[in-house]
Amino acid sequence: MSKHYVVIAEVRSEQLRQVSLEAIEAARLSAHEGDTISALLLGHNLSEQVSQLSRYVSGQVHVLDHPDLEHYLAERYCSAIIPVLESLEPYAIVLGHTAMGRDLAPMLAAHFQAGQISDVTAIHRNGSELLFTRPVYAGKAFEQKRFIDGRHIITVRPNNIPPAAEAGSPGEIVQHAYTAPVNLRTIIKDVITKASGRVDLAEAQIVVSGGRGVKSAEGFKPLEQLAEVLGGAVGASRGACDAGYCDYALQIGQTGKVVTPQIYIACGISGAIQHLAGMSQSRIIIAINKDPEAPIFKIADYGIVGDLFEVVPLLTEEFRKALA
Amino acid sequence: MNIFVLLKQTFDTEEKIVIQGGEISEDGVKFIINPYDEYAVEEALRLKELHGGQVTVISIGPPRSAEALRTALAMGADEAVLISDERIPADEYSLSVVLAAYLYKVTADVVLGGNFSVDQGSGQVAVRLAQLLNLPHVSSVTKLDIADGKAKVLRDAEGDAETIEVALPALFTAQQGLNEPRYPSLPGIMKAKKKPFHQLGLSELGLSDAEIAPRTERISLSLPPQRQAGQILQGELKEQAAQLVSLLRSEDKAI
Ligand SMILES: Cc1cc2nc3c(=O)[nH]c(=O)nc-3n(C[C@H](O)[C@H](O)[C@H](O)COP(=O)(O)OP(=O)(O)OC[C@H]3O[C@@H](n4cnc5c(N)ncnc54)[C@H](O)[C@@H]3O)c2cc1C
Repeated sequence: MSKHYVVIAEVRSEQLRQVSLEAIEAARLSAHEGDTISALLLGHNLSEQVSQLSRYVSGQVHVLDHPDLEHYLAERYCSAIIPVLESLEPYAIVLGHTAMGRDLAPMLAAHFQAGQISDVTAIHRNGSELLFTRPVYAGKAFEQKRFIDGRHIITVRPNNIPPAAEAGSPGEIVQHAYTAPVNLRTIIKDVITKASGRVDLAEAQIVVSGGRGVKSAEGFKPLEQLAEVLGGAVGASRGACDAGYCDYALQIGQTGKVVTPQIYIACGISGAIQHLAGMSQSRIIIAINKDPEAPIFKIADYGIVGDLFEVVPLLTEEFRKALA
Repeated sequence: MNIFVLLKQTFDTEEKIVIQGGEISEDGVKFIINPYDEYAVEEALRLKELHGGQVTVISIGPPRSAEALRTALAMGADEAVLISDERIPADEYSLSVVLAAYLYKVTADVVLGGNFSVDQGSGQVAVRLAQLLNLPHVSSVTKLDIADGKAKVLRDAEGDAETIEVALPALFTAQQGLNEPRYPSLPGIMKAKKKPFHQLGLSELGLSDAEIAPRTERISLSLPPQRQAGQILQGELKEQAAQLVSLLRSEDKAI
């Protein structure tokens, strides 16, 4: 019997997120011939993102477009999504392992009494069985898991599964009416978007990170310039965050964000194990540190021993020339 | 105020991972309170100091988890509950059902948990529990103020800061930045020995194996490929910068 896969897509800073296309690919990797992949998108003023999304799924694009849904709120989103999902009877639900996905997926899993495998980095088919790879112990090991019963929910880690290519024919768009839940117990008072306009750290292809070696908030300037030239995002070690040089929102590591970019440039970061937990799966790691013994050099593909305040501007200059 | 804290004992974050017979070896490993749950314990103690009440810490885990609960008691929690039963599967569905079975029977004003556990890292159990108990929840909170039966919280959403108001009873998961956990004091450690410590199994909770049947299972475990130390560039810094850019372009095709 053909099965229904539903990807819950996401918009951030008015853009359809890359991880949503990766989630569609995850559904494709899991699905068999004849299965349907649909998408579900919530938010406000979504027409552009909806038509973009429809190019990637051959099934339907279900839309809940309402001012109340402009920002994610667990209670609202959950109550809006459940009736739609109940009518679609999905076999599997796929989300990004993002702030929204991490919060919404377990609520849906509890509602449907379903299993959930979080933070999936790869999907393998072993005969008729699907195996989902995910990091455990902050990336110090990987486990492969499977679902015991059919229905399943997964969240996929950004930047690990390739994004879906466009589907042959655009999916049909189905608008759903939104009714506010009665007895709403939570309300959003305010949202301060710190990352707006910038490249999203979790999804960035290039990350330039600063540690305690950056020495001050001002010291992040050369890193920001490098990131800008590369179209990348700025990250930080906990050392830098604890010292107050930057916001905790930038922290990468075991207790911060996990990133898997193409290029990770660690500037003035010693390479503590908790930091490595957040970045050691990056494709290419570059370390800039004035201490030749810094542990970060043990895992870096390229190392430059030197003062970051000298090296980073030189690099910016070279990249600028190369990318011109 | 009746406060419950979900707590898990995890590997110390410095520990090296060794796989033995398809399992992660626990030989000689140091165990700690999951760092996020430690923030949750601290927050519970602060709420109690401000509003009065009672803090109960609850853990599902092997018998050694008792140490983590004793540490929380020594920090100042009033009571501990250890649910230990080999029949409880390590699946988030099962764990949340077990916790719910316990919490159905109490009246909680606030339930606190960690954002995720640093070992399994799935971040499901607390949120699933909120749903099972029909409690509103806010995950990843960095600030929590309670007044007039309501909580005003700051939530970290991938760097965005959201201010959310929620009616109690409610569940929260703690994110780094919420507070600085205190150390257990010596008198605290002495007092902890006399505090109520309950140990339960599935039968005390009235749960059958069928009710907690797992939805997922682990098939295999592996270590990530070792990263080889790469190349330390040489020469004038300006030459190194140029060389790096050209390597990234020609060797790695990364730019
Ligand atoms: C439970 C727990 C969770 C943790 N979670 C995280 C986490 O998520 N992320 C994280 O990053 N850390 C985390 N840590 C902290 C971690 O252990 C380290 O303390 C932290 O990563 C150190 O940050 P750092 O490398 O920036 O600072 P330091 O270790 O102080 O290193 C600074 C480096 O900068 C170099 N340097 C100084 N000046 C210059 C210069 N001018 N040019 C070039 N190099 C220079 C120095 O040689 C040194 O190597 C955690 C710790 C614990 C206990």
